[in-house]
Amino acid sequence: MARNKRAIPEINAGSMADIAFLLLIFYLVTTTMDTDKGINRKLPPFDEELVEDPPPIKERNIFTVLVNSNDQLLVEDEYLQISELRAKAMEFIDNNGDGSCEHCQGYKVSTSSDNPDKAVVSLQNDRGTSYGMYVKVQNELVAAYEDLRERYAQEKFGRSYRSMDQEEDKEILKEIKLAYPQKISEAEPLNIGG
Amino acid sequence: MAVIKKKKDKALPAVNTSALPDIVFMLLFFFMVATVMREVDLKVTVNKPQATEIQKLERKSLVTYIYAGAPRVKYQDKFGRSPRVQLNDAFASLDDIQPFVIQEREQKSEEDAAMMTMSIKADKTVKMGLITDIKLQLRKAQALKINYSSNQPKDVEALYSSEN
Repeated sequence: MARNKRAIPEINAGSMADIAFLLLIFYLVTTTMDTDKGINRKLPPFDEELVEDPPPIKERNIFTVLVNSNDQLLVEDEYLQISELRAKAMEFIDNNGDGSCEHCQGYKVSTSSDNPDKAVVSLQNDRGTSYGMYVKVQNELVAAYEDLRERYAQEKFGRSYRSMDQEEDKEILKEIKLAYPQKISEAEPLNIGG
Repeated sequence: MAVIKKKKDKALPAVNTSALPDIVFMLLFFFMVATVMREVDLKVTVNKPQATEIQKLERKSLVTYIYAGAPRVKYQDKFGRSPRVQLNDAFASLDDIQPFVIQEREQKSEEDAAMMTMSIKADKTVKMGLITDIKLQLRKAQALKINYSSNQPKDVEALYSSEN
């Protein structure tokens, strides 16, 4: 009984902080903070034999974007700055030349696309184009589609497309994506100037 | 005066540090949760391009990285200065990409393999020739979901300036 009455000596926790600091510094050194972000894209599958007759697409439904090795843009045979690309692409996609697209607000120009479903953005770059420029052009083209979808979502559902949840709003997202299907095609790069 | 002298004589009580481990542990847990392990030792310089329409890569286990850029200064004697591809911890040639993708895919479960995303982490000064070659190899290896790794710019206007 006498033993039980004796006070248990306190464990010295003075070095606890040192141990924790050591672990902390280990984590600080071996880990990185940055989360990975980027532009998602899908590549076309590789085919040994090239398709001999690609389905014909009317010239007016193709929005050609060319980037040369000096990182300059040629859009629809017109020299353009990167800052103007988004508006130009939106105008093309949203043109609604044949009047079949009810949510479009385009000018129905006869030389531009029939409807968003038929409109194809064709991107071709040079082997000497810098990767930074390529990503910027991709970014603007994706942004053009995203902006149109955003506008559609605001008008039809009164909600912001960008803040929708992948799981909860699956059906709505599907409909929006169908209204403005993203059609960006990439041609084999040229090799003119390095 | 006497009063002041008396105060000086008294020893200062030690600051109670018993809560210090708790504070440090809290910091530690924050870092453990907020960060990820650095998987590879980067041998190439990667200055990522900037973009606004970026999406987060949600599941780390589905992502495989391909790095491209000029070798770092300490490797330049051996590997030169022209941009190169890095897979895992080593420099690689373009022909190594296909076996690499297949090997990575085999390590994943069947349903995950279908969702596998290739993240291309390339320097923004790399020429598209190299990127196109990488993309062709990925297409041949049937790895079609890719992600161009980029950063959100602090100033969106800077994106359109001619300098970068």
